[in-house]
Amino acid sequence: MEMIRAIAIGLPLTVLVTVLALLIGTVVALPIVAGLRSRNRLVWLMSRGLVDLLRGVPPVVWLFILYYGVSVGAIRLTALQAGVLGLGVVAAAYLAEIFRGAISSIPKGQWEASSALGFHRATVWSLIIGPQTARAVVPAYTTFAIGLLKDSSIASSIGVAEIVFMSSQYARQSGEGIMVFFVAAGVYILLSVPLGLLSRHLDIKMRKAVAR
Amino acid sequence: MNNLVDVAIQYGPTLFDGLKVSLTLTLLSLAFGLPLGLVFSFGVTARNKTFRYLSVFFVEVGRGAPALVLLQLMYYGLPNAEITLSSMASACLALTWTTAAYSAELIRGGIQSVPPGEVEGSHALGMSYRDCLRFVVIPQGLRIALPSLMGFAVLLFQATSLAYSVAVPELMSQAYSIGSSTFQYLPVFIVAGLLYAAISIPATWLSVFAERMLSRHL
Repeated sequence: MEMIRAIAIGLPLTVLVTVLALLIGTVVALPIVAGLRSRNRLVWLMSRGLVDLLRGVPPVVWLFILYYGVSVGAIRLTALQAGVLGLGVVAAAYLAEIFRGAISSIPKGQWEASSALGFHRATVWSLIIGPQTARAVVPAYTTFAIGLLKDSSIASSIGVAEIVFMSSQYARQSGEGIMVFFVAAGVYILLSVPLGLLSRHLDIKMRKAVAR
Repeated sequence: MNNLVDVAIQYGPTLFDGLKVSLTLTLLSLAFGLPLGLVFSFGVTARNKTFRYLSVFFVEVGRGAPALVLLQLMYYGLPNAEITLSSMASACLALTWTTAAYSAELIRGGIQSVPPGEVEGSHALGMSYRDCLRFVVIPQGLRIALPSLMGFAVLLFQATSLAYSVAVPELMSQAYSIGSSTFQYLPVFIVAGLLYAAISIPATWLSVFAERMLSRHL
């Protein structure tokens, strides 16, 4: 019972870290995608470099840099802030690549047709390219969200009291290590099932919406 | 900036030793995990129930649970079952499990995309099922799966940084111990991060290159 309690205490933080990091990632990814699609070589090179650097360094290192390394005067980030921010910017790099791939998968004819019809750029993005990109992005986006759910466990390394942190604390106190980690694994698997179902549901719904 | 260079010069060798441990851990996990992944990729659709359920269990848990959970399970959990492994061995076991689970799915995807005509062709030529797998299906399937397996290897290399939590003396734990004894956290972690990037960024380029080369004739 104690074991279930420990994991239940950690659960909300796991969800919180995942959701916040995903939000930050999605928002920050948008300017990066714009940079990756830019025709200006310098802007492109900087965005490309940023994405490669963010993805090339393991998330733990980013969290440690933010948590132990960054201090503005006497102000330091809390573990939760550092965790969410670190996972968020790494997510932004991965999501930017996902978005870029989805946008470039839209057939060229769609662009040509919309410019032939004289649509404004804003209209092209909001009514033509945007919706089709959203549909193309759903499977990869949810797969990434499930991955991020698991990566949120990395925040335990800087002391965010989420599922893995609580389980490992419990394991050390009680000496029942095998069971607690299997239950924790089960919780992660259970959490990712609804996400997978949601993804399939959205995919089917959007497939119907776009007549082909 | 000067600080960064000082740290890099002074602690470079220690960090480099850590990097070697990280690479060793990656290679060992790949060496054990990939063959196991090939076995599981057939196991999840096998007719033998025990084999199938076992494979599904290992694949689903290995993919569904965070690597950190598996690492801690092996290091803090197994001693309860009277199995005490060194930190390196338990980290290797956990990451082998992750590798086997992910590569099983990647290899299965590759094998499924081998055109059915290839199998029909080998039947028509009178090849046995075993020879058809060994000489026709598996080589082509692995070839299709190669770029994604390389991409996974890069992620695995990054995941070895989690092994610091079970006291493996790899790059991250070296950086942490230098940081906590000198309080030079920021420069040490930046140098460590650059070392990781110096391996994983070129490795990613290599996997993109492999994908281009292999999909040239498709």
